[in-house]
Amino acid sequence: MAEKTIKVAGFGGQGVMMFGKLLAYAATKEDRYSLWFPSYGPETRGGTANCAVIVSDEVINSPVFRNASHTVVFNLPSLEKFNDRVEDDSLLLYNASLIEKEVKNDKALVVGVPCNKIANDLGNPKVLNMVMLGAYLALTKLFSADVIETVLKEYLGDSKAGMLDVNKQAIKAGMDFIEDAGISYA
Amino acid sequence: MGKILMKGNEAIALAAIKGGVDAFYGYPITPQNEVPEYLSKHMIENGKVFVQAESEVASINMVYGAAGAGVRVMTSSSSPGIALMQEGISYIAGAELPCVIVSVMRGGPGLGNIQPAQGDYYQATRGGGNGDYNLIVYAPESIQETIDVMKSAFDTADYYRNPVMVLVDGLIGQMMEAVDFDRPVEKRDLSLKDWATNGKKNHPGKRNIANSLHLGAEILEDHNKNLKKKYDRIKENEVKYEMINMDNPDYTIVAYGTMARVCRSAIKQLKKKGIEVGMIRPIALWPYPKKAFDEIPSTCKGIMCVEMSMGQMLDDVQISNRGRFDVAFYGRYAGVVPEPEEIVDAIENFEEWRVE
Repeated sequence: MAEKTIKVAGFGGQGVMMFGKLLAYAATKEDRYSLWFPSYGPETRGGTANCAVIVSDEVINSPVFRNASHTVVFNLPSLEKFNDRVEDDSLLLYNASLIEKEVKNDKALVVGVPCNKIANDLGNPKVLNMVMLGAYLALTKLFSADVIETVLKEYLGDSKAGMLDVNKQAIKAGMDFIEDAGISYA
Repeated sequence: MGKILMKGNEAIALAAIKGGVDAFYGYPITPQNEVPEYLSKHMIENGKVFVQAESEVASINMVYGAAGAGVRVMTSSSSPGIALMQEGISYIAGAELPCVIVSVMRGGPGLGNIQPAQGDYYQATRGGGNGDYNLIVYAPESIQETIDVMKSAFDTADYYRNPVMVLVDGLIGQMMEAVDFDRPVEKRDLSLKDWATNGKKNHPGKRNIANSLHLGAEILEDHNKNLKKKYDRIKENEVKYEMINMDNPDYTIVAYGTMARVCRSAIKQLKKKGIEVGMIRPIALWPYPKKAFDEIPSTCKGIMCVEMSMGQMLDDVQISNRGRFDVAFYGRYAGVVPEPEEIVDAIENFEEWRVE
C-alpha cells in the first residue's frame, strides 16, 4: 500500500482527534507504520481543530504533507481550509448535516455523510465522528471493522466501556450509509 | 513490550525513567507539558522525586542541587523557559555536574508562539549562559530516536560530568508514533560519584564541594583548562551523524531533527525528477560533525542548509565547509514547518537561495 496522508478537521468537540488516533492505533495494531499529529495552536480553542495521520507499509519520513489522500471535514470552515489541499484521485468526506451547500472538488471523490442526523437517530449526538469513521472505512477499506473495534475498546478503556456499544453501532450505521448509497472508491 | 503508539513528550518521560532518572524539577510550558504531566504520575509511583517548582529559575537550581548530591536529575522546558534557565545551566557546567535538559523548541523570539521551531540552535550550542562552556546537544529526528537518546543521556552526562541537552521541536513533542522502548542503547563504564556532596558518611575524610566560583584568576584559568580538555575529549569521541545517499549527490542537504525527516521526503521526490540529493544529518549538534563535510564528493554542486529558523546551524555548515562548495540556505521559521515540496523547489532553484 502506498503511503496514505489523511487530514481530519472540524471544530472542537466533534471527535476529530479521536477519529485520527483510532486510525493510528489500528495501524500500530497491524504492525504498519503510522504517525498522528494534532494542530495544537490557538485555533483549537472554540475554532477549528484538525489532525494529520499518515499510514504506510514503509517507514514514514516527513510528518508534514501538502496534499491529503483522504480528507475528512466535519464543518464548513474546515472544508474551506482543506478543499484545495487534496491529492489527485483522492477522497473527500464531508459532514452533510452541517455543510449544506454543494461541495465541488475536481480532484477528489466527494461524499457527503449526514453524521449528526445519523448519530441523533442512534440516540447519541456525540458519536457523529464514529458514523463518519464507519463511512470512511467502508470507502477506503484501510482497516477492517474488527481491528477498529479492538482499538476502540482499548481507547475507551474501563472508564468509558459503557460507550463501546453505541460507538460500534455508529460505525456500523456509517458503513451501512455508504452501502445503501451504493458508493465505492478505488 | 513490543511497539506502542505514544506521544513524543510522553515517550521522553518514559525513556527518562528507563534511563534511570531519580528526580525531575520543572515548570509547565507548551509544547512540552506532557513530559511533566507523565512524570508527575509515574515518578512518585516509582518512589522517585517529582517537583513542580515555582519557576524555571527555581527548577534549574533544584537540578543543580540534586546533581551535586549525585542523583540522576533532569528538567524539561521550551524556548522561553530554557532562556530563563541559562544562568543555572552555566553554573552546572562550571561546577562539572551531570544532568539532562530537555528542550522542546517553539517559535520565538520572546514568548513567540507555541508551534514547532528550531530557533534555539544558538541557545543550545553556543551556550545561552555566560562563560566558556559547552553542553552535549542531541537533536533526534523521530520519537524512536528521541527515546534511544534519552535512555543513554544520563550515562553520557555522568560519564563526562557535563549537562546533556536533548533538543527537539514541538512537532516531535506533540506527534504520536509507534515506538519500541526495548531497543538496546550504549552503556558506559561509570565510576562511583566520589565527588558528590552527599554527606561525609559516603566519602569519609574527604570534603566535597560543588561550586562554580573560583576568585583567583590563575585558579579559574586552570579550572577552565581542565574543562577545555574535557570538551576536546567530547569533540574527539561524541560526534554523531548520519550520511544519507552521499555516494554521488548533485547536491548535499544539511538538516537536523524534524527538518531532516521532511528533507528525506524531498530527497525521494527529487530522485524521481532525476536529481540526486544526499544529506548530512547531525544527530549531535555539539560536538558538530565537521569531518562529515570532508566526505562530500568534489562533484557535488552545492550544499543546502535547511532549518526551521532564519539560519543558525548555517554558521556551522559554513565553518565545516571551509569555502569548498557553494552554500545555500532555505528556512521557514516562527512556527511554520516547511513541506517537502518547498525543499524540492529550493534545490531546483539553488542559485536563488545562495548565501555569501
